Amino acid sequence: MPKLTRRSVVKLAAGSAAGLVLGFHLPPREARALETPNDFGSFLNAWLRIAPDDTVTVIVDRAEMGQGVYTALPMLLAEDLGCEWSRVRVVAAPADPVYRNVFLVKEMLSGGQPMGNTANWLVGKLARLFGQQVTGGSSSVRGAYKPLRIAGATARGMLIAAAARRWGVPESECRGEAGVVSHLGGERRLTYGALAAEAAGLRPPKRPNLKQPNEWRLIGQPLPRLDLPAKVDGSAGFGIDVRVQGMLFAAVAACPVFGGTLGRHDPARALAMPGVKAVLPLKDALAVLADNTWRAQQALAAVEIEWTDPPGPLVDSAAIEASLRAALDETGRIAEESGDVAKALAGSVRRLRADYEVPYLAHAAMEPINATARVMPDGVDLWIPTQAQEISAKAAAEAAGTSTDKVRVHTTYLGGGFGRRSEADIATQAVSIAKLAGAPVQVVWSRAEDMRHDFYRPAAACRLEAGLDADGRLLAWQQRLASPSILARIFPPATWIEPDGTAVEGAVKQPYAIANRRVSHTVRSFPVPVGFWRSVGHSYTAFFNECFIDEAAEAAGKDPLAFRLGLLGEAPRQRAVLELAAAKASWGTSLPPGRGRGIALHSSFGSHVALVAEVLVDATGLSVVRVVAAIDCGVIINPDTVAAQVEGSIVFGLTAALYGRISLEGGRVVEQGFDDYPMLKLSEMPVVELHMLESSELPGGVGEPVVPPVAPALCNAIFAATGKRIRRLPVTGQLTA
Amino acid sequence: MKLVVNGTAHELVVEEDMPLLWVLRDVLGLTGTKYGCGVGQCGACTVHVGGEAVRSCVMPATAVEAPVTTIEGLSSDRSHPVQRMWLALQVPQCGYCQSGVIMAAAALLRSTPKPTDADVEAALGNICRCGTYARIREAMRALARA
Repeated sequence: MPKLTRRSVVKLAAGSAAGLVLGFHLPPREARALETPNDFGSFLNAWLRIAPDDTVTVIVDRAEMGQGVYTALPMLLAEDLGCEWSRVRVVAAPADPVYRNVFLVKEMLSGGQPMGNTANWLVGKLARLFGQQVTGGSSSVRGAYKPLRIAGATARGMLIAAAARRWGVPESECRGEAGVVSHLGGERRLTYGALAAEAAGLRPPKRPNLKQPNEWRLIGQPLPRLDLPAKVDGSAGFGIDVRVQGMLFAAVAACPVFGGTLGRHDPARALAMPGVKAVLPLKDALAVLADNTWRAQQALAAVEIEWTDPPGPLVDSAAIEASLRAALDETGRIAEESGDVAKALAGSVRRLRADYEVPYLAHAAMEPINATARVMPDGVDLWIPTQAQEISAKAAAEAAGTSTDKVRVHTTYLGGGFGRRSEADIATQAVSIAKLAGAPVQVVWSRAEDMRHDFYRPAAACRLEAGLDADGRLLAWQQRLASPSILARIFPPATWIEPDGTAVEGAVKQPYAIANRRVSHTVRSFPVPVGFWRSVGHSYTAFFNECFIDEAAEAAGKDPLAFRLGLLGEAPRQRAVLELAAAKASWGTSLPPGRGRGIALHSSFGSHVALVAEVLVDATGLSVVRVVAAIDCGVIINPDTVAAQVEGSIVFGLTAALYGRISLEGGRVVEQGFDDYPMLKLSEMPVVELHMLESSELPGGVGEPVVPPVAPALCNAIFAATGKRIRRLPVTGQLTA
Repeated sequence: MKLVVNGTAHELVVEEDMPLLWVLRDVLGLTGTKYGCGVGQCGACTVHVGGEAVRSCVMPATAVEAPVTTIEGLSSDRSHPVQRMWLALQVPQCGYCQSGVIMAAAALLRSTPKPTDADVEAALGNICRCGTYARIREAMRALARA
């Protein structure tokens, strides 16, 4: 095996005419360590190793949380590598700056608008310096689409060069395909595995030769997911399944009031219980360590703990909601403005106004929050189901009192993420406990702990005003939003000049042509942690906007579909999905009494989605009968994965719209489990029909964009069935007579 | 106490009220069975006891009087019809809840080889946060036809 050193730097050049250098891709420190126990073969670049037996190992730098990145990302690389798909296997990337999510930062800085080459280069530089290795923002495939194909094509070029050298023939006479480099007529052939060691020492080609779409063999195919065999036989390793020699199991209770601290507690009863090894006080929590999880949980429950509440009043839901509603009387900070909305409203023939609101939401991933940590003199090992390896490493280093380069992050499968696992609180906690314990420790939160110590989707309120002319045309749109700010917690500078973009996304850059519009936002802060929740701000702006558009259509005396289409003259992709969903759902045909259809359109994360929901409201209550979805997500890498994400997003959206509500009392979250924070079940699952538009546009995201339009499609359908407008989520409790 | 799991007999000393889930996971090392809520609400911990689907997080191990089968023992090579259908229709997403769903499905098919949609809905009340319900329903319909 060749020795890998910093000299074997792989320099990847972009395929663009400008020949922009994409970056220096070092084989990461941690991936090199993988060589010791496993012969994964030679590094061709940071994402690829090829073994002598032709096994292709793709190092995936995004977390597999069910969205299929352990298949889609290897498909991109394997496509341009030209290897046999059956030889591909996946390992999780370690934490390393080479794996930073450049795309996500670029999208944030550019606001999703195209940039010139110079701006693109500069923003890319900044992103590599200041970005993070993070899985989120439906960015995995979008971000990997070009770099991983280039990584594959670059490696193919190196393998071809190695073969050409060995044969003493020009590279142009050789080709790489199906895991073999062949010369001219194919008399001479060498497998990638036989060439990999030699190829790894060669200079990568300056202009990697990317395949044309008509040459693709993998992209666009519904390939079975590589991770699924292990997910039907129980062998897939989630965070909670990590087992380390000599490890202890910890149960933890943190102060139920956010910001509170641990007060008096008597560990005696717990310490007397079988298997209990230690009771460890942390600043804001108490940990009990035992020789199994259940014993730790039992012993924790046996400790009487006094908590010290933080100074200041203890919030409850009523006060938070009142504060958000009151904020709607303020203008707030302008997020987007065009025309003269005040004048247009004053001059309109018909005006309408409505207030909407949504509650805090928990992520409630099925795998409770957990991590396993081992603190040794030579460094820290952290096994963690995380969406954020570098942030976790930093948190672990701080907790252990060491430097980040001494932390080895081992990313397991994630039993759901939905944004919750982009936080590093559990890394801090697990490493702190392991350090105190002097032994490897697995911390697993109870379901109640998971629910009561989340970083919640912000509660939000919205006031919408619209003005119509005599012909029912929408002239003016004024939107005031009020919510806590996620970025004010995570990265305050992002809120200094502009309002928090994550709070207003989806309300701004609407596809509808409305000459006079203003969108503003007021921050209201409460002692409740807020964070990224699948589709973030879009999760509520789509509800506000698409329900209010329906109200405007009603006021205009127009059909909701026709009214929207009338505003979409310059938005062909949105138009297309809307028309497709409507046609497939037989929009406009009559339904029996008690039934209604609702339509909604929303664009986010680079994709465009229209939904038509059909509901039945009768004496037994509400049932969602059918949801027809149309999506334009650009080039589709794996259509079966797209379909799965659409199906799952509809469930996720319906769960939130029908049932989701986190409430506060005395500074604490009330909900503790699936009884008071219910999830949609199989018996409530509507028929889902999906229609994907063919597109040659760049890939859009698929993990999040279908969530936002679910609530408005549902609520518009409820209106069609009952005549009742739902302006507050969740729906539950609002349809009883 | 004696516990037979996946055909292997174990002699164990555990507390009287220790749930089967934790005996499987933390004592016997069978981590395929998952902890989701600990109070029998989500079904991630479903295993078979004497062929019946049981939520192992609320079943004391000492109360188990029949052989236990976990996801690891359903088949040695993913050849159980439910596992094969789950792969054919690509049911799982994150996969965390699927051991429990698969065990519940296998138990249902054993007692009711041709389940109706209503049978399936009644037996598979498991929570799947990723929302794989559409595929679970399709897979169960296909298995009922088989």
